[in-house]
Amino acid sequence: MHIVVMTKPVPDPAAAAERLDADQRLDRAASPAVVNGNDEYALEAALKLIEAFGGEITLLTMAPAAGAETMRKALAMGATRGLLISEPALAGSDVPTTAIVLATALGGLTYDLVLAGVDTSDGGGGVVPAAIAARLRLPYLGNAAKIEPDPPNGRVTVRRITPIGYDVLEAPMPALIVCTQALGEPRYPSLKGIMAARSKELVTRTLESLGADVAGAGGAHTTTRVLGTRRPPSRGATTVVRGSAEEGATAIVELLAARRII
Amino acid sequence: MATIWVVAELDADGSLARISAEAATLGRSLAQAGGLDLAGIVVAADPVAAAEDLAAFVPRVVAVNEPATRGAAWASIAAERAAALIGPDPENVVLIGAGPDGRDVAGALSAMTGLGLLVNATGVSWTDGGPMVEMSVFGGKLITTSSFTAKGGIITIRPNSVAVEPAGARGSIVAAAPQEPLTLPRVAVVEQVAEAGAAAPIEEARIIVSGGRGVGSAAGFDLVASLASRLGGVVGATRAAVDAGWIPYAQQIGQTGKIVKPQLYLALGVSGAIQHKVGMQTAETIIAINRDPDAPIAEFADLLVVGDLFDVVPVLLTALDARAG
Repeated sequence: MHIVVMTKPVPDPAAAAERLDADQRLDRAASPAVVNGNDEYALEAALKLIEAFGGEITLLTMAPAAGAETMRKALAMGATRGLLISEPALAGSDVPTTAIVLATALGGLTYDLVLAGVDTSDGGGGVVPAAIAARLRLPYLGNAAKIEPDPPNGRVTVRRITPIGYDVLEAPMPALIVCTQALGEPRYPSLKGIMAARSKELVTRTLESLGADVAGAGGAHTTTRVLGTRRPPSRGATTVVRGSAEEGATAIVELLAARRII
Repeated sequence: MATIWVVAELDADGSLARISAEAATLGRSLAQAGGLDLAGIVVAADPVAAAEDLAAFVPRVVAVNEPATRGAAWASIAAERAAALIGPDPENVVLIGAGPDGRDVAGALSAMTGLGLLVNATGVSWTDGGPMVEMSVFGGKLITTSSFTAKGGIITIRPNSVAVEPAGARGSIVAAAPQEPLTLPRVAVVEQVAEAGAAAPIEEARIIVSGGRGVGSAAGFDLVASLASRLGGVVGATRAAVDAGWIPYAQQIGQTGKIVKPQLYLALGVSGAIQHKVGMQTAETIIAINRDPDAPIAEFADLLVVGDLFDVVPVLLTALDARAG
């Protein structure tokens, strides 16, 4: 099986150092970059699939040039190769541009499945994969908790999480699947994996070399614009109650009543 | 003339999802402020019930009868039918819920209409001839205000950002049965499974009682569920509790789970690590019961009761019963 896993370098949420730059765009130099947490679940799912069925994993990323470093970490987990689409004009790209660029890059690859994370910790929209699937007319299977391909028949079955349980979805391959944490904990790269990642193929390409028709796309032509920012209102001081269970329960009931929740 | 469109989502019983009632209420205030038309779209094999619900909020509802949604994944079909109704006018504004289905529709709709997207809005106003969208970013550290360069675009709305309010007069319902072939591939739904104990979408809950590592076991969640049920709320959980297998992933709140904004968030044995905090810190009232007075949740809860949840919660249940008594 050939699997493409879309990964995005994001500011490390644990560092909590995210900020906007002077152009009101995410300042990617302000924080250490990591592979987006939900993309790691997609990669882990892909690794398990090729362990079971054989095959290769190509990472696909659109990011500044420094994204290559972050991709090495994903290569160390076991992906076969990486393709980075990078170009200064893409900084500040909106959802339509991101979807066009990634869809164009996918057009040059061979795959049975495209896997993506359910959202990113920086943008948080979770809308780009559906836009890509619509552009490429790929079957789209969202919110996956389980992925069972049937390569001889060219089909894939996915368990999709719903508010009340799950749906079992079935579609022909190639298909695009959005992966959740329910697929399983991502592995840590082994020392051997880290060594091997250094010599794995990691290609950086520009829009022109992709043949992407993105005239009028990119950060300078974005459909959205940040006008301003403010700090959220402070929550106020925390009331701390120490004492008996009765005192604690009374304090809770009083607050619920005061705020008309009960 | 540009129109504000609300793309409706349906609950399992075919009625209008509450997030769509919220989006429609918001649409009405934007349409009034901007002097635009307002219309709703319901796409379903049987759209009547949800269309009737939606007509309480907007002056016009297009009820798209689409048998293809029976036995197939809904979002891409809904997106394609909605895209045909909305058309290419870059000044159109589309409002959709920010839940899993809404996100799927929004992404496909953006690809099919070319409209830009602003996601996870916590507030929208009408300013300078277009929508001005507030979003909470960077784990709640910052609120940004954004607009569309083309005036119009697609906005996904976080649940509980708008108080639902029906319009004074009911809207009209126009039935549609499009014959154009669908071009997006259909994904078959071969089975629908309801799991025991699962509830309404946790993002829409007004009251959430959540359990963390301190709950200690799957059996411990019985107490969490008792309190949730007593308060008319739903059960949430931290990633630690989900990873331990005490509760399904669908109930997880936080960075890799759901982002929620309930009226009340009652956290039992939840330390309040940053990964959990980003999912719930915009709750109106946060109450924590924790043995550790130095847990991070002490920094952002309104009330922290220091104690063992297995001591405090039973007393709290009794106190609530006595009050209701």
